[in-house]
Amino acid sequence: MAVLVVADHTNAALGEATAKTVAAAQKFGGDIDILVAGQGAKPAADAAAKLAGVRKVLLAESDALGHQLAEAVTDTVVSLAGGYDAILIPATSAGKNYAPRIAAKLDVNQITDVIEVVSPDTFVRPIYAGNALETLQSSDAKKVLTVRPTAFKPVADGGSAPVETVAAAAPAGREASFVSEEVVKSNRPELAGAKIVVSGGRAMGSAEEFHRVIEPLADKLGAAVGASRAAVDAGYAPNDYQVGQTGKVVAPDLYIAIGISGAIQHLAGMKDSKVIVAINKDADAPIFQVADYGIVGDYKVVVPELMAALG
Amino acid sequence: MKVLVPVKRVIDSNVKVRVKPDQTGVDLANVKMSMNPFDEIATEEAVRMKEKGVATEVIAVSIGPVQAQETIRTALAMGADRGILIQTDVDVEPLAVAKLLKAVIAEENPDLVVMGKQAIDGDNNAVGQMLAALLDWPQATFASKIEVSGGKASVTREIDGGLQTLEVSLPAVITADLRLNEPRYASLPNIMKAKKKEIALKTPADYGVDVASRLKVLKITEPPKRSAGVKVENAAELVAKLKNEAGVL
Repeated sequence: MAVLVVADHTNAALGEATAKTVAAAQKFGGDIDILVAGQGAKPAADAAAKLAGVRKVLLAESDALGHQLAEAVTDTVVSLAGGYDAILIPATSAGKNYAPRIAAKLDVNQITDVIEVVSPDTFVRPIYAGNALETLQSSDAKKVLTVRPTAFKPVADGGSAPVETVAAAAPAGREASFVSEEVVKSNRPELAGAKIVVSGGRAMGSAEEFHRVIEPLADKLGAAVGASRAAVDAGYAPNDYQVGQTGKVVAPDLYIAIGISGAIQHLAGMKDSKVIVAINKDADAPIFQVADYGIVGDYKVVVPELMAALG
Repeated sequence: MKVLVPVKRVIDSNVKVRVKPDQTGVDLANVKMSMNPFDEIATEEAVRMKEKGVATEVIAVSIGPVQAQETIRTALAMGADRGILIQTDVDVEPLAVAKLLKAVIAEENPDLVVMGKQAIDGDNNAVGQMLAALLDWPQATFASKIEVSGGKASVTREIDGGLQTLEVSLPAVITADLRLNEPRYASLPNIMKAKKKEIALKTPADYGVDVASRLKVLKITEPPKRSAGVKVENAAELVAKLKNEAGVL
């Protein structure tokens, strides 16, 4: 049994989702290799080599891999797939983009968003926005899984696996070409892996109010900023702030929901948080049904008080 | 330019899903069904392409039970020109769906496939990418903006931390994210007009695709429930509890 983990990374650094996916791979009980497919990605590969329990790190580099384009990543993974019984991919936006392409090239179904590896052929995954859990057994010869990072604790550092260079596969067909990327630079932690998340909802009423209320509180707590789908739809917050089944799934130690009613789709994205705080002026809002601590009140009054109480 | 839009019939997004006590699935009896919301966005985008003169024909395809014709009618009422229903009572897995769509594409030769990034029932987020793989076409997933001209599409995609723009030469597969557009409500005259539009009825066997399951569903269960906690009076009390009781500050 050998498992290939396709690393989540930014070339310069390894994403935290990789160590969590290695934790899922350990449940298969075989050798674990990590593929870092990028360009100038030696730093990410070196970081991957330090993860505990890894046999070796494979580093494949090319221009197309530098932007992790689905076609290029797929061709490279498929060229390596012969040596593996399972391929595990973090369910990040990059992983979700290329994983099904890999599965189809291997003529297998993808098992999406795995939250538990019961055995090497049986997996648990959420369906219907997390309102139900499906336990699936796959008879496919090779398993291709995306792994929901928040469901697994990252493996520790402490390993010293060798880094081997492997060839990036030559393009097999027509490919998308990269034009540009706008990544917002932020000093805040990344939403998916943050210890504390402060989220705002439709009650904010405007983008200005969202900035004025949510961001200073987040910065005071060293937290990431999230938003409900309603707030994103209304244009108060950018799309990548969206917490929910179709946005980001988070499980921080502390989740503070401000002016969020708690639609099913939002709850699916945050209900695995360790501690949930809800601030809402509607005492009947569904968010209070999942909150450990609730304050019924207007955020315009409660948030300044909270800022003061935090000192 | 011909555009193909796959649409799926799913439980309406406002319905609270209930797991059956015998753990064999979720209760679909007497539940409101609608078009998958991401497919509505894809349909809207294709119809707008037609209205702008970029597309000449929009074809809606659905795979599912006979009632999936209603889902196709919704697409036709929004402005799609004709429909194809591949009728089956099997819950077809994503890989087989992609194979069926590939077979439809072999007959229809569209220049572009626009489809939802995921269906809100199985939440697989897989068919678009799988279809692109089987066709060896370029893909652009999670689109928030699409501009088509000169046999190419420029697609802005939602990625972690921001936006990425890709260019794909056609034919290609593009999957729609939430912010691509706001789908229209079909007007009554358009709903009436849609009743006269053609829906071709097919079966998986017509395309020679095996739709038998390869994944065995052992059980469907309810997720662990989270119980409501306590209401606190004010922010000072909240901070004290977070520090002393919960230990998260």
